Amino acid sequence: MATKTQSPIANTPAASLSNEEILRYSRHLIMPEVGMEGQLKLKNAKVLLIGTGGLGAPLGLYLAAAGVGKLGLVDFDVVDFTNLQRQVTFGTSDVGKHKSAAAQARLSNLNPDIEVLSFETQLTSANALELFKDFDIIVDGTDNFPTRYLVNDACILLGKPNVYGSIFRFEGQATVFGMPDGPCYRCLYPEPPPPGLVPSCAEGGVLGVLPGIVGSIQAMETIKLILGAGDSLAGRLLLFDALGMKFRELKLRKNPDCPMCGKNRTIHQLIDYYEFCGVRGEEAPAPDLQVPEMTPRELKLRLDHGDDLYILDVREPHEYQICNIKGHLLPLGELPRRVHELDSSREIVAHCRSGKRSAEAVDFLRKAGFRKIHNLKGGILAWSDEVDPSVPKY
Amino acid sequence: MAVKVIIPTPLRIYAAKKESAEVSAQTVGEALGGLTTQYSELRKHLFTDDGKLRSFVNVYLNDEDIRYMAKEATPVKDGDVVSIVPSIAGGNLEK
Repeated sequence: MATKTQSPIANTPAASLSNEEILRYSRHLIMPEVGMEGQLKLKNAKVLLIGTGGLGAPLGLYLAAAGVGKLGLVDFDVVDFTNLQRQVTFGTSDVGKHKSAAAQARLSNLNPDIEVLSFETQLTSANALELFKDFDIIVDGTDNFPTRYLVNDACILLGKPNVYGSIFRFEGQATVFGMPDGPCYRCLYPEPPPPGLVPSCAEGGVLGVLPGIVGSIQAMETIKLILGAGDSLAGRLLLFDALGMKFRELKLRKNPDCPMCGKNRTIHQLIDYYEFCGVRGEEAPAPDLQVPEMTPRELKLRLDHGDDLYILDVREPHEYQICNIKGHLLPLGELPRRVHELDSSREIVAHCRSGKRSAEAVDFLRKAGFRKIHNLKGGILAWSDEVDPSVPKY
Repeated sequence: MAVKVIIPTPLRIYAAKKESAEVSAQTVGEALGGLTTQYSELRKHLFTDDGKLRSFVNVYLNDEDIRYMAKEATPVKDGDVVSIVPSIAGGNLEK
């Protein structure tokens, strides 16, 4: 049930293209679907990108290249080395710089005829409406549930389209929310998953090309909205499986009982989205997981002292190949059925990458009757920082 | 009725890393039940303790959301595809 794309850009104010712009956009101008009229719509369009990371990279590059006249970039984060595998806006020399400023420089260089605004800030309930109000279309390229619900609710309150994309490992989703009479994010997912039930990012990972593909789909939908061309993804959820190289499409309906966009809406203003999503969204450790800890330095001292400690590494085999501290590998997911392999009379120190999964392992083992067990605080990352910098961090 | 249940990436670790499973069922609810019988670790990710489908897990029969059909009682026929579509938040994924 594809719906004709309706452009949120009202009557194009008078504007013209310079000869340089005509040359730059000539491959658009010679297409009847864009033409001079469409290119002027692009020039007059104002698009706000939430996040300049994996999805934001192709979004920013293509929308700037296409001549979207005003692009806003919202990101509070700083470029690090692990970003470069997929966030193609950034170069190695950008590591350590603020993402929104680095992306602004890159996009302005790509197209000096457009205005690129950098908002070096975290999107919050306090600033979202003010930030959004000057833009026609909001594009959601964030990485966490609280911000996704915030973007959705702010778009519904202001009546602005929300071009949505999301990824996990090698699977992606894309659609357009917030169109008149169309569904919103809460129609699809009324509530976020509780923190403990979503695999953490450390277990997740993402194939670098995937955000490139999903972000490009978002860029295409944004441009179609501006042009009023083709059939919008509004009302359809596109699912992409990169490994199977399959696209599937599901019907998205407006939920008449939606608390945000339904007839009897119960939400009339922005709320505390961190509370709504359970503390800190998917990054948060499972609540109330208090387990005995050992710091990397204590562990080093104990080992140097010759104490009999059993180091239990609960990461995955492919992580063990990246680096290890000679622990016994037993992935968290296999622990329940392999628990008999462990000797509860020995003192055990469990570790993972950052300490989250091993906390779950320690919690599980304590419930299974293990008493002499500790969680290595901060995991192998902290071991690298505090004891042995030759162990690579990932 | 033989139906295929598509398991989304985030849940595959609880389903022996399988992309899909063939189950025999009369309704969508039975199809999901059959799936969690095969992969018991999936149960808590799909159902609450009192056996209700979790609110953040969407289930589709072919391309239609079962919330707008007969929910878990929606009948299935041979060759139908049941998709589990959980919410994923990623776009940036550092940390």
